[in-house]
Amino acid sequence: MRNPLSETIVQLEPSGIRKFFDIVSEMKDAISLGVGEPDFDTPWHVREEGIYSLEKGRTFYTSNAGLKELRQEICNYLYRRCDMTYRPESEILVTVGGSEAIDIALRAMLDPGDEVLIPQPCFVSYVPCTILAGGKPVIINLEEKDHFKLTPEKLLEKITDRTKVLILAFPNNPTGAVMRRDELQKIADIVIEKDLFVISDEIYCELTFGQERHVSIASLPGMKDRTVLINGFSKSYAMTGWRLGYAAAPRVILEQMLKIHQFAIMCAPTTSQYAAVDALKNGDADVDMMRESYDQRRRFVLNAFREMGLECFEPEGAFYAFPSIKRFGISSDEFANRFLREEKVAVVPGSAFGACGDGYLRVSYAYSLKSLKEALGRMARFVKRLDEECAPKG
Amino acid sequence: MREKILAVMEKNSRIDLKDLAVMLGESEIAVANEIAQMEKEHIICGYHTLINWDNTTQEKVTALIEVKVTPQRGMGFDKIAERIYQYNEVNAVYLMSGAYDFTVFIEGKTMKEVALFVSSKLSTLDSVLSTATHFVLKKYKDHGTVLVEEIQDERMLITP
Repeated sequence: MRNPLSETIVQLEPSGIRKFFDIVSEMKDAISLGVGEPDFDTPWHVREEGIYSLEKGRTFYTSNAGLKELRQEICNYLYRRCDMTYRPESEILVTVGGSEAIDIALRAMLDPGDEVLIPQPCFVSYVPCTILAGGKPVIINLEEKDHFKLTPEKLLEKITDRTKVLILAFPNNPTGAVMRRDELQKIADIVIEKDLFVISDEIYCELTFGQERHVSIASLPGMKDRTVLINGFSKSYAMTGWRLGYAAAPRVILEQMLKIHQFAIMCAPTTSQYAAVDALKNGDADVDMMRESYDQRRRFVLNAFREMGLECFEPEGAFYAFPSIKRFGISSDEFANRFLREEKVAVVPGSAFGACGDGYLRVSYAYSLKSLKEALGRMARFVKRLDEECAPKG
Repeated sequence: MREKILAVMEKNSRIDLKDLAVMLGESEIAVANEIAQMEKEHIICGYHTLINWDNTTQEKVTALIEVKVTPQRGMGFDKIAERIYQYNEVNAVYLMSGAYDFTVFIEGKTMKEVALFVSSKLSTLDSVLSTATHFVLKKYKDHGTVLVEEIQDERMLITP
């Protein structure tokens, strides 16, 4: 029999998180700081709208791009919260989570050999999706000294004649880093000068802390035509399981994305789309409440790190902290494995998000205060033990 | 800061002062002062425990009583309310809009005890015109907290 498999797929590295997940799932009664999703339930009024749509028998396909009403609400939202104007009929595509949008954006934009700049540490799908789309991932290693922001120098260093797309993902998973307006402007200037495009994954945009609100790079002068903006409902409205996201992009790109979407997916789940209409219409207060709650827990976690002597730059977005464990002289894999075995707490090693994430841990604070206290208490105990091991003997 | 303190404490009055200060990004002293001030101003009126008595062996019945009254000249409703809320059996008294005047919550050991209290103490007040007693059969949710189901974290331990 011939080999039934594609060599490209076989060569594709499985997600680093997957490996750790398998170890964790064998561990009984482990607690976790490892989730990448909100601890809130989807607001009831949103769930109720989903149920109501089922009661009314709204169980058919929607148009490929998504319900017209939903696309209109997405445009209203982008205008209301991010000050951007998009056309619902030609510039919005409702997708199965932000993940699908990332995949089809890359497939719509890349030809074989095109280079995609991917700043790491980052979400796990950018590199494999680039490879699957025939592109060549070019990694930019971000550093803690820059608070894991993309700097103009680091960007310029990796641009070649083949560079076509830059993937930006701020607020960032796993670091919690945020890029503010002036920092984005410097990136935008280079993007325009070098004639590049940006895929901006802004799924955590509502979870931006501090006085200044989230700024989308697409809203900067000259950038709307060069940006595929990706967002969704998972993080802002605690709707991960509904699998609903969207892309907002210039018509020329969106048309091609729609083509892939209509062949591969047909349309995003109808029930989820009806629920999402209500989330956008009536969910602003829920979003504000959740943001405040994450912000409080963010401060709590940072303070706990400080008290246990764990270095951590101040994350300004998402619901992750990214403390450094470099002073213990062990890899993040080893730290995470030992921490799991010895204290039964799961955290994700930073290396799961790119090689430059080694030496760090992703700690999620999407947990109740009680759970955080328990887990961080165990972490303090573990860190103390490591310190004693490291201390010179005699 | 007040609204934020209240929002947290309304759900968890036992929160550690230090934790609360850290979470709000304020100093412990500032938070403690603010709480003391709010106690003084009767914004914070007490710290109670939410108990689901159904899960204890103790017998307890709660009744909601609709009370119609004739307000007294020069004193309005407040004076009548005072005569009602002074009783230990009375848990809460609200002045209402609509078809009747007061909602009175009463707790007792048995239905008979509650009924007796209503007929002998409440109905006999001069200004009370009529009462209607409704016994609580089951509490599903109280003070914003669902009592009937245990909340479990059903998320996978590790997700990207």
